[in-house]
Amino acid sequence: MENWSLFSLCVLLGLTSRWAVSFHSYSGAGKPPMFGDYEAQRHWQEVTYNLPVHEWYFNTTNNDLNYWGLDYPPLTAYHSLVCAYVAKLLNPEWVELHASRGYESHSHKLFMRATVLFTDILIYIPAVLLYCFYFCDGSSKQKVATALCILLYPGLILIDYGHFQYNSVSLGLALWGILGLGLGWDLFGSLAFTLALNYKQMELYHSLPFFCYLLGKCIKQGLIGRGFFQLAKISLTVLVTFALCWMPFLSDPKQPLQVLHRLFPFGRGLFEDKVANTWCSLNVLIKIKTLLSRETQLFLSFALTLLFILPSSLKLLSKPNLWQFKLALVNSSLAFFLFSFQVHEKSILLAFWFSLVAMAALSFTSVWLEPPAKFPDLFPVLVSILSFLHFLGFIIYFNLVQLMEPQRKKSQKKTN
Amino acid sequence: TVMAAPMTNDQSWFYALALGVSFLKCLLINAYHSTDFEVHRNWLALTHSLPVSQWYYEATSEWTLDYPPLFAWFEYGLSHIACFFDKEMLVVPNLNYASPATVLFQRLSVIVADVVFFYAVKECCKCLREDKGKDLLGKPSFILTVLLLWNFGLLIVDHIHFQYNGFLFGVLLLSIARHCQNRHFEGAFLFSVLLNLKHIYLYIAPAYGIYLLRCFCFTQSNADGSLQWRSFSVVRLVILGTIVLSTFAVSFGPFIALGQLPQVLSRLFPFKRGLCHAYWAPNIWALYNIADKAFSILGVKFRLLDINKLPKASMTGGLVQEFQHSVLPSVSPLATLVCTLLSILVNLPNSNIYTIFVILSLLQPALFKIWHRPNGARGFLRCLVICALGSFMFGWHVHEKAIMMAILPLSLLAVDSRKDAGIFLMLSVTSHYSLFPLLFTTQELPIKIFLMLLFTIFSLASLKTLFRKGGALLNPLEVTYLLGLIPLELICEFVYPLTVWQKTFPFLPLMLTSVYCALGVTYAFIRLYISLLTCSDTTKKTKMQ
Repeated sequence: MENWSLFSLCVLLGLTSRWAVSFHSYSGAGKPPMFGDYEAQRHWQEVTYNLPVHEWYFNTTNNDLNYWGLDYPPLTAYHSLVCAYVAKLLNPEWVELHASRGYESHSHKLFMRATVLFTDILIYIPAVLLYCFYFCDGSSKQKVATALCILLYPGLILIDYGHFQYNSVSLGLALWGILGLGLGWDLFGSLAFTLALNYKQMELYHSLPFFCYLLGKCIKQGLIGRGFFQLAKISLTVLVTFALCWMPFLSDPKQPLQVLHRLFPFGRGLFEDKVANTWCSLNVLIKIKTLLSRETQLFLSFALTLLFILPSSLKLLSKPNLWQFKLALVNSSLAFFLFSFQVHEKSILLAFWFSLVAMAALSFTSVWLEPPAKFPDLFPVLVSILSFLHFLGFIIYFNLVQLMEPQRKKSQKKTN
Repeated sequence: TVMAAPMTNDQSWFYALALGVSFLKCLLINAYHSTDFEVHRNWLALTHSLPVSQWYYEATSEWTLDYPPLFAWFEYGLSHIACFFDKEMLVVPNLNYASPATVLFQRLSVIVADVVFFYAVKECCKCLREDKGKDLLGKPSFILTVLLLWNFGLLIVDHIHFQYNGFLFGVLLLSIARHCQNRHFEGAFLFSVLLNLKHIYLYIAPAYGIYLLRCFCFTQSNADGSLQWRSFSVVRLVILGTIVLSTFAVSFGPFIALGQLPQVLSRLFPFKRGLCHAYWAPNIWALYNIADKAFSILGVKFRLLDINKLPKASMTGGLVQEFQHSVLPSVSPLATLVCTLLSILVNLPNSNIYTIFVILSLLQPALFKIWHRPNGARGFLRCLVICALGSFMFGWHVHEKAIMMAILPLSLLAVDSRKDAGIFLMLSVTSHYSLFPLLFTTQELPIKIFLMLLFTIFSLASLKTLFRKGGALLNPLEVTYLLGLIPLELICEFVYPLTVWQKTFPFLPLMLTSVYCALGVTYAFIRLYISLLTCSDTTKKTKMQ
């Protein structure tokens, strides 16, 4: 069968499963007073449409930051604004200031799901197709198989179309960044990644590899001469993009500070809920959350993240090629996930097939059996500890791969 | 190539496809379901709560039991599992009861019943000619599996609209497979079981009858393929007869003993229904209706007819039961004219008789051809498809879903011969599109478009690759016709609802869809018929016979 038909079949399968998942419930459906992520996104449309820009991140009478205050960078806010304009055309009740809190209806759900599908088709899916077509090694069948695997990746589908988020935008933009770097268009790549960073601050997980790769490439070209010019051009692109995104907030020094305060909530503690990273798992044995002071926790997480990310970054700096770059992305995001501060369980979208069996078994038992009374959280905690151990194994494995460079080259699935 | 599967791993792709489609079906559990959902819930309730003697008399709900007894027993069996999900669904007065547990149970029952279909498809693949050494995507069995398991019509009708067609077609395909494998007794038994599950399959009974009589009861043919009268085997005929009659006895026996046979038959063959139902199936009557409307408009315009004297053609969409034509003879009076004689013989309403008469007379050349020069199992299959398609084209009160009866067996022919592949593409794309009005909700719109594109692209690309030697499968006219479906969909689904005419003529998109598809279906029928009449005799040895 021809390539174009195989690729279009993969895309259609991906789109069908995405939309079929969207038939089901979303986070916080029918659960007042706070509802969930779906209501948060709707609320941001309401806030950005009705309030002036300088009030978006501040606690005012019209904007209660305790009720789903904006905690993503400005690009998310602009995206919500665009969606709000469309919403206003379709049904003004959806974004009525204050009155639309907790608004739930079938047509509104369709609208929200449609916005996710739209951005997915616009940004994420083309990036995946181009990536598989140009950067995968192997026969065309293998490329199609890779495209199918990535497009059918359940983690992203369930979170974006079920729980309700817009991860495909930031992941898609980051993937465009990788594509740009891979094609040698460093400026385009930096632009795309900066946009991704300005959409969700979670993309910081990938920032160090981008930085090290580009820096290493410029150093290789010679710091006096071409390399320097290249570095200057890249830095200028990044700075201009940041400036453009943050322009409405630069008029007053208080603005950017408040935005940063919302983006990085250090006041919320080392972790929330059950997350498959070091701190949550360690907490089971030693209650570090209560034992150590907040400053010590911050310092510890910062130090460990840096420690785990350093070998991979240095290797990339010394050998800036695409293979190292891809590995460094994996290692960096794993390190951040495992050790940094205030990580959400959604930050990791990666699974290993053998662990899926154990996971599935645990999930089934947690649904059908009642946990013993003394340990009500037994099953979720077991799931996250098991996952944590796998991720720890992963980071060690991928670091070894990157540092020792075995002969066989394989393309890796992207993680966040 | 890297993807060539080792011989031991031969069947893993089948299970992957089966599991994949089952997962998709599970995702569709929450989708829109039609009144057919309530129909089956009502049947679960009445078979569970009422004694057998009441099954065909119960009329609390408007959806009375109108399938043969074996299906009622099937629902009875299901109802015992339904107890564990939600007992309230088994209470007959609970009309339109649709709790989440009910929906889950009913949807799961369709998904699980599809296992019969999976098994049947597996058996059908065994009947195909296998070309060893081809890569997976070019294997006829792989293509057939996808065309059947991932069939757009089945997914839409069974798992969204809600019916049990997968299970029923599984029995049909299994029966066909058994005939291909020369296990004729099993095939006959399965078909009689099928008739007792859903009597619409009576339409293809002539094909079975002629084939079994000709190819099985007459054990030998002459060298040129013609009949050898002396090779008639009475034993085989008797055994076949016993199988069929005993199946019917088991199924209808209790009702005959209770003296309820007339009531059961009146439920199975209701006569008070119009020529077309609210959405016209894309068959010959759709074209007849549109011609009638066109003539009446033209007639009035050119002052040939007086608008006050024309009988009002009731074309408003909705709950139209009867049909009056304006210019062309209404079908009922014509029936009375022609079939007075026949109505003396058989005690059925005239209008039904007329269409049966039309169907039989149209099918007679095909049946005769099969009798005269049978082409083995492949000829039988072709005749079956023509019977199904013919009854769709000319039948009384046909549902557009009935086209599935022609498409699924045609898939078996499509992976075997070039001409059939071309006809299959025309018929399947057209008829799948004609199913679109079944799902009219906004939420299901992306799903039906994505799935339609998925199936169409796959069938086009895979059949093209399979028959790449010998030119294109579709000629330019056919391609243009099929491409015309895209603007038709855009107009009917997107542009028309925004115009002023949506309020005054809400039925217009349905009419357009129906008429446009009727052209394609008629064309496919004619081509198929011609190919049957002109096909060469069994001189080449193939695996199918």
